[in-house]
Amino acid sequence: MAFLRLLGVFLKIGVLHEIEYRVNFYIQVVRSAISLATGLLGLTVVFSHTDTLGGWRPAELLVLLGVYFLGAGLIGLVIQPSMQRFMEDVRQGTLDFTLTKPEDAQVLVSIRQVQVWKVVDLALGMIIIGIALAQLGRELGPWQVASFVIAILSGSVIIYAFWLMLATLSFWFVKIDNILVVFQSMYQAGRWPVGIYPVWLRSALTFLVPVAFATTVPAEALSGRLTPETLAGSLAMAVLLFFLSRRLWTFGVRHYAGASA
Amino acid sequence: MNGLLDAYRAQFKVTFAVQLEYRASLAIWLIGTILEPTVYLVVWSTVARAQGGQVGGFAPEDFAAYFIVTMLVNQWTFTWIMHEFEYSVRMGALSPQLLRPLHPIHLHVADNITYKLLTSTVVVPVAILLAWAFGARFEPQPWALALAVPALALSFATRLLLGWTLALAAFWTTRVFAINEMYFLASLFLSGQMAPLALLPAGAQLLATVLPFRWVVAFPVELILGRLTPEQAGVGLAVQALWLVISLGSMTVIWREGIKRYSAVGA
Repeated sequence: MAFLRLLGVFLKIGVLHEIEYRVNFYIQVVRSAISLATGLLGLTVVFSHTDTLGGWRPAELLVLLGVYFLGAGLIGLVIQPSMQRFMEDVRQGTLDFTLTKPEDAQVLVSIRQVQVWKVVDLALGMIIIGIALAQLGRELGPWQVASFVIAILSGSVIIYAFWLMLATLSFWFVKIDNILVVFQSMYQAGRWPVGIYPVWLRSALTFLVPVAFATTVPAEALSGRLTPETLAGSLAMAVLLFFLSRRLWTFGVRHYAGASA
Repeated sequence: MNGLLDAYRAQFKVTFAVQLEYRASLAIWLIGTILEPTVYLVVWSTVARAQGGQVGGFAPEDFAAYFIVTMLVNQWTFTWIMHEFEYSVRMGALSPQLLRPLHPIHLHVADNITYKLLTSTVVVPVAILLAWAFGARFEPQPWALALAVPALALSFATRLLLGWTLALAAFWTTRVFAINEMYFLASLFLSGQMAPLALLPAGAQLLATVLPFRWVVAFPVELILGRLTPEQAGVGLAVQALWLVISLGSMTVIWREGIKRYSAVGA
């Protein structure tokens, strides 16, 4: 598959690039450790006063924290760096070099820049989820595993399509990086289940900035509280956004004039 | 004295222009400023409701008031010098500042105050909106509100000087980011931004009390909310004054030592 081969190539370039800057690894470890400490201390304080939060037990919120880390890792690993590079390329006119390559330009643009050390967040996310599941002591049924896989894939596609659509807007409005940072600062709200937020905030975190699909929904799948309707909704949203973003992308590329090339 | 005023006036104008130029960054920073306390407000209100309406003496309406006031106090008193200073040292941008007949801290104070005035035009209306949306319950007392003015001023000065003391570590190492991240983690929990201090475990409360964290945020917040007795307010202001002296002393000493080591790399 061309996609996997390309992803492999860019990952390799990313690794080769980063092993020259090993300090960045320690920086990432400290960042992740602080983020983990914030999350765990927060949960500890909250659960010293209550047994459940909005119906979620401590181990279930730990699952959510793990999914939060997975999402942050995925975004930081490829989506964010690639989209930032893409927007920079549009501004500088260097996107021409990508468009003339004999591969699908959307694929190239989406995975071209890799921040290797973000795998720390991915690994941490998996460890947290593992510990939480062990605490829950529940045998995972095939339905839970399947729905979790579907939910996390849908969530990833939704996040990707959302970023791509915003980044594609840079064909028309050249300086747009800041909108993407808004997503980053909204993402922190995903550390808690969106169900506890008041309606206006929950709607914003579901439809305006789709944080809920990336964090709450997959965590619900693993803790066995996900309804088939929500899962279907997440899947439908993923398919819809994926096609919309593809349409916007092809439309945008036609609009691109190669600013300074 | 007139010279100092002129310098401040000039810096006000510069910062104002710079911040207006970077409107988008300003807006993003504001989203973070507003979202974080809102999230904790919702979390704790949910806990209170699950516990039959109240936890640690806070009902949901009290949490709303607490976190909205915390957002304002934090917004008015925080400093970001530690994020900039390492860059200034590493890139040599500190050199031209040292040539001026004015301590670089004045630059930062003027910069900071202008930023606060500018952002308050958004944060204060948002605070009112949030107070309405979450039905916050305020029972302030006039005497406490009057004392809150010097308390906020002391807090502003102390956090600024502590921030500078921390930032000066950049003279010795270029890896200050780890120190900064630790400081922010400690601030989040020990200054009462994640939860009212009364809800933290006893050990954390003790730590918050012996370190400056409690006095720079939680104390002015509780004072404004009318949760303190006059005696507690008096003690709080005294401890604040003590921390101001300590932070001023340490900043002065470390600055004198650090500036000797500064070699203006890259200038």
